[in-house]
Amino acid sequence: MRPAPLAASAAAVLALALALTSAAASITGARWRAQERETLRSLSLASLGPLAPDPSNRVADDGAAAALGHRLFFDARLSGTGKVSCATCHVPGKDFQDGVPLAEGVALAARRTMPVTGTAHSPWLFWDGRADSQWAQALGPLESAVEHGGSRTQYAHAVAAHHRAEYEAVFGPLPRLDGLPRHAGPVADTAWRGAWDRIPASRRDEISRVYANIGKAIAAYERRIGFSPSRFDRYVEAELAGRPHTAASALDRDEEAGLRLFIGRASCVNCHNGPRLTDDHFHNTGVPLPATSLPFDSGRAVGARQAVAGEFSCTSRYSDAKPDECDELRFAVTEGEELVRAYKTPSLRGVAERAPYMHAGQHATLGEVLAHYDRAPTAPAGHSELKPLRLSAAERRQLEAFLRTLSAPVAAPAVFLRAPDAAPR
Amino acid sequence: MRFRAVTALATAFAAAALLSGCMLLARPPKDLDYSRTRASEGGHYRATIRPQGDSLPQGRLHRWTLHLETAAGAPVDSAAVTVDGGMPQHGHGLPTQPRVTRALGGGDHLVEGMKFNMGGWWVVKFRVRATDGADSLVFNLKV
Ligand code: HEC
Ligand code: HEC
Ligand SMILES: [Cu+2]
Repeated sequence: MRPAPLAASAAAVLALALALTSAAASITGARWRAQERETLRSLSLASLGPLAPDPSNRVADDGAAAALGHRLFFDARLSGTGKVSCATCHVPGKDFQDGVPLAEGVALAARRTMPVTGTAHSPWLFWDGRADSQWAQALGPLESAVEHGGSRTQYAHAVAAHHRAEYEAVFGPLPRLDGLPRHAGPVADTAWRGAWDRIPASRRDEISRVYANIGKAIAAYERRIGFSPSRFDRYVEAELAGRPHTAASALDRDEEAGLRLFIGRASCVNCHNGPRLTDDHFHNTGVPLPATSLPFDSGRAVGARQAVAGEFSCTSRYSDAKPDECDELRFAVTEGEELVRAYKTPSLRGVAERAPYMHAGQHATLGEVLAHYDRAPTAPAGHSELKPLRLSAAERRQLEAFLRTLSAPVAAPAVFLRAPDAAPR
Repeated sequence: MRFRAVTALATAFAAAALLSGCMLLARPPKDLDYSRTRASEGGHYRATIRPQGDSLPQGRLHRWTLHLETAAGAPVDSAAVTVDGGMPQHGHGLPTQPRVTRALGGGDHLVEGMKFNMGGWWVVKFRVRATDGADSLVFNLKV
């Protein structure tokens, strides 16, 4: 049987199209130059080495401490109202954040909730880096009037009443707490502060030690919450190995173009570098003031000084580190114009799943974020490090498409992603 | 202070950067001297930098040894040294405040707290005050 001429030419066109497509595909494989391949490798999760030990926290890698930390993370009794736990704002099913512009605990906070995932790798915690370890960080919200809103003696009493056995198995005997006021702590609140000042110094120190240990147990838990490979990581793995892509590793044309912009002309990789896509540093990127009127936020300018003065810093009496194991703190920049409204570069892993964006949720969508980078507006204070990018609408869309390839589930033992069994022991 | 030093450098390259359109992505000038041994600006000293491990890591605190000698080649052990620097094309300083923490003898000095948080062209400047006077040494680095 003779094929109809029309079908024949259709087949020829199809063959030609196929040939062109496979030619394009093979070009794709060879398209990254040597230096770009190194950049891709540096961004890939495979380049994230094993978690470094935290010398400031003796129990950082202790399983029993992590189990206790898991209980504390979800325990709303550790709050002024009995209604707020860490997990209220850091929701495991939402990449350990809450998806709203300003966090809401006992009252409305002035910043956006940050994801907890992978923060064991961060030398600085909080948007302004005012804590230098996960355990020091955890002690901030507990005494914040707008977050947990409780007090230091309250938390010591709560540990004694609800977590005594687990606590003592990890940290040794709790101090005697009899006769201590229900609420007392070194915070601005006058009544609690007054009560704190009336407690003898040696007992205050014992209470603060229990408090620090609450942070250390929570940090042991948080250390087990990490990243898992995204489609982008599988793409890089296949590209570097010269393997053909599968559906799980392929980036489409827009995503690939976005990646090229990210490491090239849009210079995102200047700050969003390394396997967590952050340089762990602080930058003024001209993010506008939030629409809600809040006290002026000067970012790292205040955060750096607070970190150095921190009651629970790496060099404090509550730290298990030797002073020469606290180099980030020892060599921190604490002054200068560059710190004004500079904020920690956030990791971009999972970023598409957790709008809104920036330190006070100033941008509702990734599209708005990219429009911001494109325009590079003047900073409300200090100087923005950004320069206008002059991207086309298509290029902004491509960058956004690339950011969406960074999504992946949190990597953690499954029990750690649920509230612990309520049954007390 | 650290900021101003870098801003001055940055201004020098601003014109070139404007021509190339995008300052953040501007390539470093072609004829940059990346040598690890340099003479000081005023000619009083010579210095060699030896990053620990020899390559420059990105995003990690590390140490350097700074070897300092007079123009005549005599090792300088007793010197007040301050460290400064940044990325001229980005207009920012170093992410840390490195310091010379110890003289190691034979003209060697331990520099702690070095960190480079981005890839690209960096400048590190040592201000030295010793018996042969005050002078500064500028090193270009590619991270
Ligand atoms: C009211 C909501 C809320 C509660 C409750 C809360 N957080 Fe947060 N968390 C935030 C906000 C907002 C930030 C950023 C605050 C800032 O930068 O000032 C943050 C920051 C963090 C960070 C820093 C992440 C990073 O990348 O630097 C960690 C870790 C964290 N919280 C853990 C905890 C733990 C542990 C608890 C319980 C002890 C807790 N949070 C309780 C809202 C909350
Ligand atoms: C000069 C350093 C720098 C550069 C360059 C940079 N970023 Fe950022 N990025 C930051 C900082 C700092 C923040 C947080 C700012 C804030 O909250 O005030 C941020 C925030 C973000 C966020 C929001 C993440 C979140 O969790 O809120 C996204 C998305 C983002 N950047 C993507 C990009 C892309 C895409 C590019 C390139 C077009 C880029 N960034 C270039 C430093 C930088
Ligand atoms: Cu830079």
